[in-house]
Amino acid sequence: MKSRWIMTVAGMAMAGLLLVGCGKKDEDKNANATASSDKIVIGVAGAHSGDLASYGLPTLNAAKLVAKDLNAKGGINGKQVVIEPMDDQCKPELATNAATKLVSEKVNLVIGHICSGATKAALPIYKDAKIIVISPSATSTELTQNGEYPNFFRTISYDLVQGKAGAEFAVSTLHVKKVAIIHDKGDYGKGFAESAKKALEDGKVAQVAMFEGVTPGGVDYSAVVQKIKNSGADCVLFGGYHPEASKIIIQMHQKGLMIPFVSDDGVKDDTFIKTAGKDAEGVYATGPQILADNAIYKKAFADHKKEFGTEPGAFFPQAYAAALALTNAVAKAGSTDFDKVAAALRSEYVETPVGKIKFDAKGDAEGASFSVYQVKSGKYELVK
Amino acid sequence: MEYFLQLFFSGLSKGSVYALIALGYTMVYGIIELINFAHGEIYMIGAFTGLIVAGLLTALGWPVLAILAIAIVVAMFYSGAYGYTVEKIAYKPLRNAPRLAPLISAIGMSIFLQNYVMLAQTPDFLPFPNLVPDFAFMQPFKSFLGTSDLFIIVASIVVMAALNLFIKFTRMGKAMRATAQNRKMALLVGVNVDHVISMTFIIGSSLAAVGGVLIASHMGQINFYIGFIAGLKAFTAAVLGGIGSIPGAMLGGLVLGWTESFATGYVSSDYEDVFAFLLLVLILIFRPAGLLGKQRAQKV
Repeated sequence: MKSRWIMTVAGMAMAGLLLVGCGKKDEDKNANATASSDKIVIGVAGAHSGDLASYGLPTLNAAKLVAKDLNAKGGINGKQVVIEPMDDQCKPELATNAATKLVSEKVNLVIGHICSGATKAALPIYKDAKIIVISPSATSTELTQNGEYPNFFRTISYDLVQGKAGAEFAVSTLHVKKVAIIHDKGDYGKGFAESAKKALEDGKVAQVAMFEGVTPGGVDYSAVVQKIKNSGADCVLFGGYHPEASKIIIQMHQKGLMIPFVSDDGVKDDTFIKTAGKDAEGVYATGPQILADNAIYKKAFADHKKEFGTEPGAFFPQAYAAALALTNAVAKAGSTDFDKVAAALRSEYVETPVGKIKFDAKGDAEGASFSVYQVKSGKYELVK
Repeated sequence: MEYFLQLFFSGLSKGSVYALIALGYTMVYGIIELINFAHGEIYMIGAFTGLIVAGLLTALGWPVLAILAIAIVVAMFYSGAYGYTVEKIAYKPLRNAPRLAPLISAIGMSIFLQNYVMLAQTPDFLPFPNLVPDFAFMQPFKSFLGTSDLFIIVASIVVMAALNLFIKFTRMGKAMRATAQNRKMALLVGVNVDHVISMTFIIGSSLAAVGGVLIASHMGQINFYIGFIAGLKAFTAAVLGGIGSIPGAMLGGLVLGWTESFATGYVSSDYEDVFAFLLLVLILIFRPAGLLGKQRAQKV
């Protein structure tokens, strides 16, 4: 019996070894952040953990930087700005929980959510609670265009525009004739794929060789890669996020399929380059336009490096813009009252890292658009 | 014809991985009638161990095939230790409890291990180095069978053959079969049942680790969540082939791999899972015990 115990303990000790990894954890949750009259509480909801955390954390950082700047200047109309992070891992079911929690904690405004599916799930809850939500990254067309959510704004352009930008780039710059469109069956990826398909069919220059969804998290995508190869396509348009994109591009190269790969801003992230490694070279991705010589962007970038020691990640400029637009609107409105802030967002121009913006009647930022980027020696660079 | 062969081989390599993982499910079920839902996570831990070992040895500048061999061996030991520990902690105390209790314990273990790796390692996807070099003699076949596919298929065949020999011809194999037939009777004739059960978990877990390292090297990336879908598919394969039957797990894995591959190739990848599970339902309607499972009268 004794030796059995020793073996068990040995097994557990071996199991414990795996703990010796990078065990960093975000410990900055502000426990006492509840709304009161002398504070303005901004909830920041999005993927702060899980495999899509690299899309959500830059937004949290942006919100913190803007809040820090404002608080140093005495806050908005004398009230301090408090950031309340809330994790949804980009999962719709967790997003509704996150939204309910933020509403019950009586936050005044929300920046988020990050993924379209999660945003769509959370919006009705905020709408009922009359809370303004501004997303830096949820690009699903219907979120603003169907007009159901007067409380929703975004600082990024939407899929209809993005899919069209991707398709037009493939046709006019890459001169492709047959395009295989692949998506991940999600709200975001399929939205991109469908608008790209529509743009290609309307353009009548290139034909759509195939239009198919793959199951996210699949063990292997070689069958669909063989099918792309068999279809004779000379370009792949992919709608979805980086985990699937990197698997597909790696398997395409393994099978000797070296055609251009054009994707969306769910792939325009350094995590994609990290996971796909040298197979990422040459991949095109559409992404929100960034004005690199914009003074506010330069300042935000420098602040981020100073505060967090790293370069900002995906959607940071949009998130910074969202935080600026939101706080500016509150300052102009003089309160956090729903109607007043919404009116201020629609009428007041504000200087942001994505340009001088205000929001149209549906909640989309006027002036935000997409550019195409390409991976060159391990970095995304603007394609001119 | 070439397209058919391409799909055939892509299904074969995918099915071999399902089969490797399915063996663990089926062995454990055969012996203690427990569906070990934490098995997919053991596969994931195998892949992570492989990544850590490969990273270390690559930094030391070892040749790539030696790294692959060592990574697989270390991952097998490590995953085996996990399998052993999981059994001792989560299943052994519940061995005489109602059957639902160990099942819930297994699901809990699965969630625990996922989150443990997420916190201890990282929630991000990590790049996994390609440990299988492209052999020159494979060049003419590259369009339908890459070297890493070949490795997966060959490794699965070798492992399964070895497992079959082990179960047929060794003392431990005999003890396993005896325990599977009737645990109480095996105990009475002097088989150390606890030892046999531990051994089953260790073997099943190390086989999953082989699959974990090979498929991670093939796909080029891993994260803490890869075990979930792989485990689910492998479990399907085990049920398809007849849970409790070792040849059944292999056949089930291959049938599932081919179904998915041909459904993607000739219909649409949108319906890949639809066809896979449709097949499962059909087989369970006509052969409730699976393809190679023993048709036994239920005791009521």
